[in-house]
Amino acid sequence: MMAPLFKTGVIGELGFVIAALLVGFGFGFFLEQGGLANARKLTRQFYLSDFTVLRVMFTAIVVAMLGLYGLALLGWLDMGLLYLNPTYTWPMIAGGLLVGLGFAVGGYCPGTGVVAAITGRLDGIAFLGGAFLGVFVFAELYELLEPFALSGFLGRDVTLDGWLGLQPGVIVLLVVLMAIGAFWGSGKLEARFGDKEPTP
Amino acid sequence: MSTQAAPQGERPYLHPYLAGIGLGLALLMTFVLVGRGLGASGAFTRANAAVVDLVAPDHARTQAYWKKYTTQKKGPLDDFLIYQTLGLILGAMASGFLGRRLRWEVTRGPRISQRARLGFAVLGGVLAGFGARLAGGCTSGLALTGGATLALGGWIFMLSFFAAGFAGAALIRRQWL
Repeated sequence: MMAPLFKTGVIGELGFVIAALLVGFGFGFFLEQGGLANARKLTRQFYLSDFTVLRVMFTAIVVAMLGLYGLALLGWLDMGLLYLNPTYTWPMIAGGLLVGLGFAVGGYCPGTGVVAAITGRLDGIAFLGGAFLGVFVFAELYELLEPFALSGFLGRDVTLDGWLGLQPGVIVLLVVLMAIGAFWGSGKLEARFGDKEPTP
Repeated sequence: MSTQAAPQGERPYLHPYLAGIGLGLALLMTFVLVGRGLGASGAFTRANAAVVDLVAPDHARTQAYWKKYTTQKKGPLDDFLIYQTLGLILGAMASGFLGRRLRWEVTRGPRISQRARLGFAVLGGVLAGFGARLAGGCTSGLALTGGATLALGGWIFMLSFFAAGFAGAALIRRQWL
């Protein structure tokens, strides 16, 4: 039995739908449990007083990354079958800036906005309304934006290790060390800036 | 760790590392079962395409962006991201219920009116929705998923996302603090 199970034919269309529902459930559950549907908690990171977002996100990245490379090392997962985000440098920088700005102004990103809205936060519902409008405007202007949206293309499957010409294991180790450094540093910052502005 | 008095009856949040492990395992299971990562903004796009297809089918089937979704054999809604988002909604409700955090509320800082907060939320949503489509994903589909698979694009997105978050938040302190 070889993962990914859907791509190697171990699970079929029904299994695919059930898997999507299950992993979505876990996704929504742990976002909400971690406090990532609370706009004030999310934005306090940017005032150096609560680094929950960074901790949850980097822990999740490290766990999933170690899991992936561990399973591949054991020969249980074919990394070549995984979908990898293509790299379009300029629209990814611009889009990242816009989503980051939208996060600071609106209090959410698309995923956390859904969780906030569904747990009754009216500002979350307003954010989703805005996000639908943003998607609509982008789609309607697509012909105009397409040259920029496809600019700086580096490839469909460029990874950090491939781009830097290093072994994947080296990058995995660097990401783990970076995460540990970020956890340590953010703790220091919270100790300094954290208690001045308690959230009611 | 910051002191945070939870509103009446609310249970405390899960420790960030535990929530992160849970989220990371959900992401890992997505790769193992389906062969791709998690997402959010893509589901918005598909739902949006379905609405446009309902209201103006000719436009939806010919316009450069919508037609990518509306002319697929299975239609815009029979997709991983749609099922995953239905699951996300159920998971969020279950967690909110367990934590006693299901309630109608406008989340805002002490110095901003409800109306202004809702206006900022809409504006932020427009920026995030537009930006996510430009980048080809959002915090889930690019930063988390691309981060874990070491996709260069995911890390490019993540860095600019955090940079703009800090810069933007410095400009609108009044909304949150």
